Amino acid sequence: MTPTASHQPILDPKFALPFPKAVLPVLRNPQLRKNVAHAIDVIQTKRGKLVAEKADWQELRTSADAIRTHVLENLGAYLEQFEERCTAAGGTVHWAADAEEARRIVLDILREEKASEVIKIKTMTSAEIQLNPYLATNGVKAYETDLAEIILQLGEQEPSHIVVPALHVNRSQVREIFSRTMGLKDLSDEPKALTNAARNYLRRKFLEIPTAISGANFLVAETGSVAVVESEGNGRMCLTLPKTMITIAGIEKVLPRYRDLEVVLQLLGRSATGERMNPYNSIWTGVTPGDGPQKFHVILLDNGRSSILGRKTERQTLKCIRCAACMNSCPVYRQTGGHAYGSVYPGPIGAILTPQLMQMHYAQTLPFASSLCGACYEACPVKINIPEVLLELRSQVVNQERKDLKRFFDPMYLGLRVANLLFARAWIFHTAQFFGRFGLGMFTRSDGWIHSLPSVGGKWTQTRDLRGMPKQPFHAWWAARKKEAK
Amino acid sequence: MSTATNTRERVLERIRTATKHVAKNDDWRAQVYSALPRPYVHEGKRSRQETLALMIERLREYDAEVTETTPAELPASIAAQLAASGHHSFVVPPALPVEWLASGYDWKVDNGLGSEEIEKTEGVVTAAFCGVADSGTIVLHHSSTEGRRVITLLPDWHLCILRTSQVVETLPEYFSRCAQPPVLATTISGPSATADIEMTRIKGVHGPRFLQVILVHDEEAH
Repeated sequence: MTPTASHQPILDPKFALPFPKAVLPVLRNPQLRKNVAHAIDVIQTKRGKLVAEKADWQELRTSADAIRTHVLENLGAYLEQFEERCTAAGGTVHWAADAEEARRIVLDILREEKASEVIKIKTMTSAEIQLNPYLATNGVKAYETDLAEIILQLGEQEPSHIVVPALHVNRSQVREIFSRTMGLKDLSDEPKALTNAARNYLRRKFLEIPTAISGANFLVAETGSVAVVESEGNGRMCLTLPKTMITIAGIEKVLPRYRDLEVVLQLLGRSATGERMNPYNSIWTGVTPGDGPQKFHVILLDNGRSSILGRKTERQTLKCIRCAACMNSCPVYRQTGGHAYGSVYPGPIGAILTPQLMQMHYAQTLPFASSLCGACYEACPVKINIPEVLLELRSQVVNQERKDLKRFFDPMYLGLRVANLLFARAWIFHTAQFFGRFGLGMFTRSDGWIHSLPSVGGKWTQTRDLRGMPKQPFHAWWAARKKEAK
Repeated sequence: MSTATNTRERVLERIRTATKHVAKNDDWRAQVYSALPRPYVHEGKRSRQETLALMIERLREYDAEVTETTPAELPASIAAQLAASGHHSFVVPPALPVEWLASGYDWKVDNGLGSEEIEKTEGVVTAAFCGVADSGTIVLHHSSTEGRRVITLLPDWHLCILRTSQVVETLPEYFSRCAQPPVLATTISGPSATADIEMTRIKGVHGPRFLQVILVHDEEAH
């Protein structure tokens, strides 16, 4: 079953507008841009300070890169080891080939538990498989418990960032949402008061709802343990108080040994929120008698990941530990925020992950939503060379498009074929230059610049000016200079 | 069940196909793993005094309150903190030394208390497994002196007894102290917090809003 039309999320790559179109409403919304820029500036300042004080930052990145690469190259063995150890510790491991299977497994478990309500820790995998709308259509009410997720759920908004999903919402907007949905007339817009409102709203739910859903930051193969990294304690509530716990984890999340957490935990907090360590990390192993949920399920989610794994350049995408440092450092994301990416994974990592998860059938404009400046690569704690993957995906998109007969007369591809012809012989090129000077002369203003071109050329002049052709091309000047010297 | 088995095999088969040109047998994998580069700092270079000072500084940056004491003075220090807290009902793990439980308070010893009962207590007193100075982190392995996970979660006030011999400088040093990986572990770096509204850090969302640490100097003087 697919989500109903009324619940159709805007962040579904199958239905999202192409990035250049999706971005327009954002660019015209100064409040949104201000909110995003403010949040990004705060995170970046904090992160910059803490990365600078960490003398072995680059060494940690080197190790994280090596560990994550090693895991991906041996993923099958580590997943089987995780499955064996987790099962031995009392957990139940499920495998889901795609989103639909994962949703089905979750619903089957909830039905078995006769659960009509469920509390949730913020999880990207659940957003990826659009779990909440599916549960809603099947009569299960899901309560998000992360503050940002509550803001979005109650305000009926979509996440725009993977770590701080409501960073596009400011305090007065939060006040409006909380006061309307929680019936708090006198609520102030002080973040402390708003946070308190969320605490009170959720307290009883934590104590009374016996089923919880989480994601996983890491799985440990050696022990069969799961690690969840968080700040508020809502995660600890969800994974301690209920009777039944369901964790949805991407298959790439595994680490070989418990000790490997010493590398990734030092990188994650600093990269994600600019903290030396986030307030809480929880690590648990299957079921512990007398402590925490006595039924524990892990769903290992493929959903397109194994197809990324087989590709040499693209495989590194799966090293990601979801810290969001790439989007925080991205000059494009800073201007657009997350919604324009039409995916729960925005920013540079989203630009490479989303189209690949969609097996290149959707989100083809995302690899082009980048200036290739490389800031994301530099910030990435596990050294994913995002620009390299972006270029690879761009070439795949172009190869896809130019094989499409409908695009045979597309001005861009037509132009490129003509260019191919023109650049092949010097005499053809010179002749073309001669005529081009006349042609472009019509558009060149008195200041020597072309401000506007028709058709496909307009794609360039829409955002930047073009120098008019010089009176004398270089090769003519060079030839004349030689003659003069003689 | 057969669809589930099929899915498992299908996913694993896809993974094996995708990695077949790299992944080899178990011995090879173990060898490659042990040769992975780990050039980062494993052991810190600070003196004991500097490490402890750093731990205290970091905890205070998180708005945790820190007091120092000696093993002999510990029960009195605990009593002083309890009195200063203004609270009366406390939950404690089953194996906490009885001399820590000052008289005049309502002590609930956790031998499997229900959540509702724990929710009614105002504070919790526990020991710890380790302290990491670099990030001001307290690690709990949830032994019988550190308590079940729930007791350090529901009460609003957490008094944690940390011994100086448990304090290390770097996170890798904590991992070196784990002879076996723990079954349960919680790391606490300051009180529960959020920065979800305009990136303003607010102390105390769902976990304890107040973290109080007593650092017990139990090491021989150098």
